[in-house]
Amino acid sequence: MKLDPGSLRAFIKGDTHADRVVPPTGFTAQLTLFAAAAMAFLAVFALALSLAAGRLADRWGDELARSATIRIVAPLDQRAAQTAAALAILETTQGVASARALTDAEQQALLAPWFGSELVLDALPVPRLIEVIEDADGIDAAGLRLRLSAEVPGAILDDHSRWRAPLVEAASRLRLLGWVSIVLIGAAVAAMITLAANAALAANAQVIAVLRLVGATDDYIAQAFIRRFTLRALGGAAVGTVLGMIAMILMPSASAAAGFLTGLGFQGFGWLAPLFIPVLAGGVAFLATRMAARHTLRELT
Amino acid sequence: MIELENVAYSYGGGELLSDISLRLAPGSFHFLTGPSGAGKTTLLKLCYGALLPTAGHVRLFGADVRSLDRDDIAIVRRRVGVVHQDVQFLDHLSLVDNISLPLTVSGRHADTVSNDLNELMTWVGLTNRADALPPELSGGERQRAAVARAVIMSPDVILADEPTGNIDWEMSQRLLRLLIELNKMGKTVLIATHDLSLIRAAKAHVQARVLRITNRRIQLAGADL
Repeated sequence: MKLDPGSLRAFIKGDTHADRVVPPTGFTAQLTLFAAAAMAFLAVFALALSLAAGRLADRWGDELARSATIRIVAPLDQRAAQTAAALAILETTQGVASARALTDAEQQALLAPWFGSELVLDALPVPRLIEVIEDADGIDAAGLRLRLSAEVPGAILDDHSRWRAPLVEAASRLRLLGWVSIVLIGAAVAAMITLAANAALAANAQVIAVLRLVGATDDYIAQAFIRRFTLRALGGAAVGTVLGMIAMILMPSASAAAGFLTGLGFQGFGWLAPLFIPVLAGGVAFLATRMAARHTLRELT
Repeated sequence: MIELENVAYSYGGGELLSDISLRLAPGSFHFLTGPSGAGKTTLLKLCYGALLPTAGHVRLFGADVRSLDRDDIAIVRRRVGVVHQDVQFLDHLSLVDNISLPLTVSGRHADTVSNDLNELMTWVGLTNRADALPPELSGGERQRAAVARAVIMSPDVILADEPTGNIDWEMSQRLLRLLIELNKMGKTVLIATHDLSLIRAAKAHVQARVLRITNRRIQLAGADL
């Protein structure tokens, strides 16, 4: 069978006569449908994992890479002065796009998940945080540290690289694992369809022999099987995908406090991605059945 | 139509047929006879491309069978009607669907030729069994259905392998009359059988040549029949 648009149309439209020459199979057909649905269901989660891990890696790699934090650790009475001095240095530092000290309220919000919202910051020697946003060139962290240590003894520059790198790596690895899972699921679908198609071809050896005897071409015989298994995989995967997406919708959304972890789900156009799963499953089934059918038919006279 | 030239065929062990030359001319009527295991079925299979000769040339409608791909062979089979002793049908389809199967697989739907189909069903006497499933048919009905399926495409050649092997004398006479009628319509007929009385019965109605396989070779049988 050639893969031009015309034959594709004919394939989708189908030939009711051709479909009937292969006897209907009840139970095994349902098994194929079920397996395709289960695989699609799993694929939805693997896809969600990949996309979420991708977002995470991008965020940590991108946004955080262009920011740094300076902690002013000083006695309460000197804290304001040292903060002002640090800000003054930052203003004249190359590569700093903007810098601002966090307010008490913001710091309190940051600490609230750990200490609770009743915490009174005034009573504690909490370091003041200065958020530094770098421009495209970035800052010379070593140079800035030297200047800060000379003029603001309580300032500690943290360019986030120490904790960011492993997190980005972990997120990237998670994304990779997600994609590997999707590929494995696809391969498992191919294997499952190949086994089912081979079983069907073997079970219908007599039908195939009769068809060959009365002048059916290999394509004609193969198409009856290919169409059947492609539609089963497509249908099963569609059901599995819809169920998987419903499960994703029903999943409790991540709270604002855990926002920096990003929700494990689809966002925006990401919701369109799982819709490709049934199409891919159908494509995989088409190719797997075609290969199995060609292989089997070549060995017959 | 079908020509064999110095054809030999051997299965793994020894040579079954050797140095066979045979030409089936349009409109001819041949019997092929010989003891069981002599290679009658093999010779028939060579004639419709189910087997390739191990030596020599088989030409089907002018084309060497070795030069044909699988699709070409399928097209050849639409011009050759084959009737087997243990004929196989698609057991999940009704008799009428089975008989029109060659039309279906060649993309011509039976609805467009329903008149011809009805005529054919009447001719083989199976009109009232049209909706029966193949497993419900008797041996004689199956053989007549096989003939109907073999001729529905109006083939040029009809090859029958022991078509009367499973049926009683009266029914085999009926089947033979069908094949003789087809020959009178101009079809080339080759019947493999070991039933000499069938051959004698046919000779009264048609000018049939009798080929005999002995010692791996084919001979024109003489007046001993």
